[in-house]
Amino acid sequence: MTGRPITEDDLHGYVDGLIDGTRCAEVAAYLQDHPEVAARTASYAKQRDTLRAALAPIAEEPVPPQLNIARMLETRRRPRISKWVASLAAALSILIGGAVGWSLRGAVQPASEGVLALAQEAADSYGVYAPDRVRPVEIRASEGKELVNWTSQRLQRSVTVPDLASSGYRFMGGRLLATPHGPAVMFMYDDSRGTRLVVLSRAMAVDQNMPMIPHTRGAVNGFAWADKGVGYSLVGPAAPDVLHSIADSVRDQVKRGI
Amino acid sequence: MNDMLRLIEPLIPSLRRYARALAKDRAVADDLVQDCLERAVSRWHQRRVDGDARTWIFSILHNLAISLFRQTGFRGKHLPLDDADDAALGQPASQEDQLKYSDVLGKVSQLPEEQRSVLLLVAVEDLSYVEAARVLDIPIGTVMSRLSRARERLLVLMEGDDKRVVPLNPRLRRVK
Repeated sequence: MTGRPITEDDLHGYVDGLIDGTRCAEVAAYLQDHPEVAARTASYAKQRDTLRAALAPIAEEPVPPQLNIARMLETRRRPRISKWVASLAAALSILIGGAVGWSLRGAVQPASEGVLALAQEAADSYGVYAPDRVRPVEIRASEGKELVNWTSQRLQRSVTVPDLASSGYRFMGGRLLATPHGPAVMFMYDDSRGTRLVVLSRAMAVDQNMPMIPHTRGAVNGFAWADKGVGYSLVGPAAPDVLHSIADSVRDQVKRGI
Repeated sequence: MNDMLRLIEPLIPSLRRYARALAKDRAVADDLVQDCLERAVSRWHQRRVDGDARTWIFSILHNLAISLFRQTGFRGKHLPLDDADDAALGQPASQEDQLKYSDVLGKVSQLPEEQRSVLLLVAVEDLSYVEAARVLDIPIGTVMSRLSRARERLLVLMEGDDKRVVPLNPRLRRVK
């Protein structure tokens, strides 16, 4: 406990998932003791959910043709260049393109290994399993011990399950995954609104120790890092700063656990 | 320019949603987004390199929307709470989600524009308070107070049929 009094701003931060795990827990404790404030906060959260649900279909609509930004970029670039400059540029770009292409021949798939690859694998797994309402995890949290034993055996190290309860996320369970770099374990968590997070972890041949890097795919954010040859990536639809503090907490727990 | 495609294109659905929530009319909203994207394409190089593309593009869109509303007087119908009559506030509650949703959108459009923007950016578009402050070019304290007023007011509007709720909260009184 920090002992700082709970403010209105904290209540909004709580509703919007914009306060860190410690503060979040403090607000939750406060709300338990103050039912009236809790009711008001719950109304804000409900209002937020209704509003999001009401507006969600707009973002799902196919983007109309006049909003094609690739085409806007094209038409903007074209008329500015006179013909001979254009042909010269074309000739040059073929030369440069060839040269650059050759020099980058190993690097065209920059994420084929290391922490970046791990980040992609985590985002891929999130994309497949997080929306799954039937069987998002292979082994449920209630059989956590079995999950830990199984994955520890397959990953040939002692696997620990990070606890995200202080950030408001409940452990749902996990599964073993195949990646181009060998087996990985995936743990899934959800909060009271059903928002799911995924932690992916596997052994790292490249980038054995890497500081935390952020990654984004659409509305899904992630943080990936590696420590002593084991890589981790936390992925979810939370705001980057929220996710970052959860990732920090996972990293601390793993460090303490080793 | 490839960065631009990579950073801005995924945001287009959110931009459309924000524009639609502000303007309500689909064609008006998409025109706003189109203007916004064109402006973004022509000003990409003037963007601060260390700046965040999302707050940058949302601020372009927001400013375009506001100047459109100012020029044309076109905006969501706004009724100050005290002047609102029963018919405007007391829509019958319904179990149907569709009705509930169009109801909440109707209520949101009754919020003052400055409160509505903050609420939409934070609660729907998932901007942090700092990002919303940057988009709207206001201090973060103002973001918090507008957010708080928006939520309180929306609660009252949504419980509008229940007369007893309306006069309870003195914070809601308009001082304009």
